[in-house]
Amino acid sequence: MLKKIRVALAVVFWVGITLLFLDFTGVLHNYLGWMAKVQFLPAVLALNVGVIVALALLTLVFGRIYCSVICPLGVFQDGISHIGTKKSKAPYKYKKELKWLRYGVWAVFVVVFILGIQAAVALLAPYSAYGRIVQNLFQPLYIWGNNLLAWFTERIGTYTFYPQEVWIRSIPTFIIAVVTLVVIVALSFKGGRTYCNSICPVGTTLSFLSRFSAFRPVIDTEKCKHCKACEHQCKAQCISISKDEQKIDYSRCVDCFNCIDSCKFGALKYRFAWGTAGKTPENPSAAPKNDVTAGESVQNPSAEGRRAFIAGTAVMAGTLAAKTASAQGKKTDGGFADILPKQAPERETPLTPPGSVSVKYFYRRCTACQLCVAECPNKVLRPSTDLEHIMQPEMSFEKGYCKADCTRCSEVCPTGAIRKITAEEKTQYHIGTAHVNRELCVTETGTSCGKCAQMCPTGAILMVENDFMGNMRPTVNEEVCIGCGACEQYCPVRPISAITVNGRDIHV
Amino acid sequence: MKRRDFIKITGAAAAAAALPACGEKKTSAPVAEEEKMVLRENPNNGDKVSLLGFGCMRWPMIEKDGTRVIDQEAVNEMVDYALAHGVNYFDTSPAYLMGQSEKAAGDALSRHPRESYYIATKLSNFGDRSTEASIKMYHDSFEQLHTDYFDYYLLHAIGMGGSKAFFDRYVENGMMDFLLAEKAAGRIRNLGFSFHGSQAEFDYFMELHDSGQYHWDFCQIEMNYVDWTHADGVRNCNANYLYAELEKRNIPIVIMEPLLGGRLANVPAEIARQMKEREPDKSIASWAFRFCGTYPGVMCALSGMTNMEPLKDNLDTFGHFKPLTDEELDFLERMATQMKEYPLVNCTDCKYCMPCPWGLDIPGTFQHYNKAITEGTYAQNKQQKHYHKLKNQYLMSYDKAVPTLRQADRCIGCNECLSHCPQSIAIPRELRRIARYVEDLREDRL
Repeated sequence: MLKKIRVALAVVFWVGITLLFLDFTGVLHNYLGWMAKVQFLPAVLALNVGVIVALALLTLVFGRIYCSVICPLGVFQDGISHIGTKKSKAPYKYKKELKWLRYGVWAVFVVVFILGIQAAVALLAPYSAYGRIVQNLFQPLYIWGNNLLAWFTERIGTYTFYPQEVWIRSIPTFIIAVVTLVVIVALSFKGGRTYCNSICPVGTTLSFLSRFSAFRPVIDTEKCKHCKACEHQCKAQCISISKDEQKIDYSRCVDCFNCIDSCKFGALKYRFAWGTAGKTPENPSAAPKNDVTAGESVQNPSAEGRRAFIAGTAVMAGTLAAKTASAQGKKTDGGFADILPKQAPERETPLTPPGSVSVKYFYRRCTACQLCVAECPNKVLRPSTDLEHIMQPEMSFEKGYCKADCTRCSEVCPTGAIRKITAEEKTQYHIGTAHVNRELCVTETGTSCGKCAQMCPTGAILMVENDFMGNMRPTVNEEVCIGCGACEQYCPVRPISAITVNGRDIHV
Repeated sequence: MKRRDFIKITGAAAAAAALPACGEKKTSAPVAEEEKMVLRENPNNGDKVSLLGFGCMRWPMIEKDGTRVIDQEAVNEMVDYALAHGVNYFDTSPAYLMGQSEKAAGDALSRHPRESYYIATKLSNFGDRSTEASIKMYHDSFEQLHTDYFDYYLLHAIGMGGSKAFFDRYVENGMMDFLLAEKAAGRIRNLGFSFHGSQAEFDYFMELHDSGQYHWDFCQIEMNYVDWTHADGVRNCNANYLYAELEKRNIPIVIMEPLLGGRLANVPAEIARQMKEREPDKSIASWAFRFCGTYPGVMCALSGMTNMEPLKDNLDTFGHFKPLTDEELDFLERMATQMKEYPLVNCTDCKYCMPCPWGLDIPGTFQHYNKAITEGTYAQNKQQKHYHKLKNQYLMSYDKAVPTLRQADRCIGCNECLSHCPQSIAIPRELRRIARYVEDLREDRL
């Protein structure tokens, strides 16, 4: 019975969170957004005391229910190991705790967390790892399914579905998601909760509490016939049954209740057992402190690469200009001018979404779960490829711009890295400033253009007389500009726009 | 000859033609009248020109090695069929279809005896208007068309850019003198011009004719039941005026845009219904062609036929030609008035505006918008029935018809296209209107 309740709740949470990451319509987060907000690490980052206290109490009273029900990565692993061990009658047996690994990872995690190296934190955190997997690998499938339906409903003339573009936002993050998925599947296929009990820092954190939990599965040694049925069903591999000793390592038990159902002799009960000693916890501070990870993460992208990039774009701009010139002469009708795909310009300061207060604030709190990336309807947010902020989102305007009435990322962000704002408040956030590159701007060659000024929602672009060419040229009224990128996105100059937005370190 | 007289004569001729046919086929069940292409005589030289002319501006294109090229096989088939059914006037230009039209026409036509068709082509010196470039263009046309003479040669799109453009393109660079010499040498049999412009500009060209400075052997004008008295735009003149002026001077008339680039073949449903009530088994397009043929001063009406279907339909219209009655002309005038109430863009898909230097698909955007309006499938407001469906239908078909980066919202308003449009559409303004509509539709603000 307990197991059935656990499974039902777990499925509800897992489906909810997965849908949250799959959904691109901006509807589901209104109903399911809280599921991301009750995740442990996001709540810590959001300094959501209510959730932290509630989760701590939940663990103290009932054990690591969180790992079995709320954590989507945990439930996902249960699903994988269910498939992997389907045929085996006794899939698991007791394994010793991998202390050095478990507390070593935890210590590293705490250190990088305190130092604010969020990329490393994000790599280890279970919720964000799961989010990345779903956004990078499953959302494309979901969208293709949608596109197939769109194709079909178009044929039958109901037009219920609308097709969406599928694109890889960042190759490094995509690769990380693939590797994470492979590791998780490999570990859980036969190994159950190996990841949760030897790597996951959230699992280790909760284990400090769970070993004292008030309710827990307890073996009645009188009734136990040492048949090992429970040990063989324990995904956490934390039940050790022998003639001399029958014990459960409560630091690793995730309260899945598989053991309870497996015992034919009624020797296992989930019951109040406050105060009966569990295993004494290892002192975590004894774990080796490792600063190597911190050192290698902070590294500036090489200036050489930047220079090569600029040179490359200059060449491409040059060929474009040459092409336009050679089109003169015999004028024929029809045909199309080539359109080069836009490329992101080099931005000195990264662009972070409105609501993120400042670049530092944002990257300090973001756990790189990709929920905002999955939601962004304007194709603006994507994981950074900058080593310092790898996987954490940044904005760029090659495919769209940040529309004034959209506040979706701020609504879904579970960590508070993007604070919840309203559309009215959004205009108060000055996330970046546009500037014109006169060497690229077409008005400098006499063409009449004012696309940036036409698209600017705040009227920050002023067209002024260009005496030399006798036309109007765009200028930016810096204080009115909010950095939404409409100008950059609509600028006709390609591949690098003649007007680009640079991030602002502090937004308000 | 007055129109009424003409109708009487053609009517009698048709009846006379029908009589023996009836006599012969007494035994069999009633069959369709024998098809006979109407021929109109050029009063200047006696050319017997088919009333239906083949416009070579809208031939089918296919993708080949990454570029768009004319589907020559389809062209050959259409040209053979057209010639076999009495069409003998073919109108092309060095500018059409990205410069591929002349060669395709030449390749298809040169498979037939030269005297079995009339070739019309143009001096389309819109880009480089220097003497050398213009003469080269003239000579290239011979090569492309595999011929050593042109039956009809036109100054292309006179009136666009006013008399100044005429001077720049033909007078100052000596091309008028050159062409007159060529005509004297027999390499140009008829010299005329195609016209897109205001009444004042047209008057100017008629004055040149009247004063004897230049003699126009024929003239190509835009004429259809909408342009007859509803020509819009700043520069365009009503066709009834142009027609009267030309007929007065006995200048043979060639008609372009009889269908307004297909818009008069695909009219709003309410108008189509009224046409079908009168002629249930005739195409919508047939009304437009009968309109042209009804006027006796018209020597030839050009149709830019893209495939066999419109070709066969047109052959049916002109093969069993029935001029319009006065009552039917009034009816078409009412239809034209009704049509003006729809927010259509006056684009005929001639592609003169293309290529847009910024990559936009201007005619594609207009065609898509017009189609939605004509077919009544455009979303107007959220309260509308089936709003959601119409919205998605419009947006999805838009993305399919025109790639996003070539859509209306990408127009930067450089106004490069303005001078190229024979319909004098304020292209950037219309694009902005459509862009705003699409944005409102996307954001549910309608």
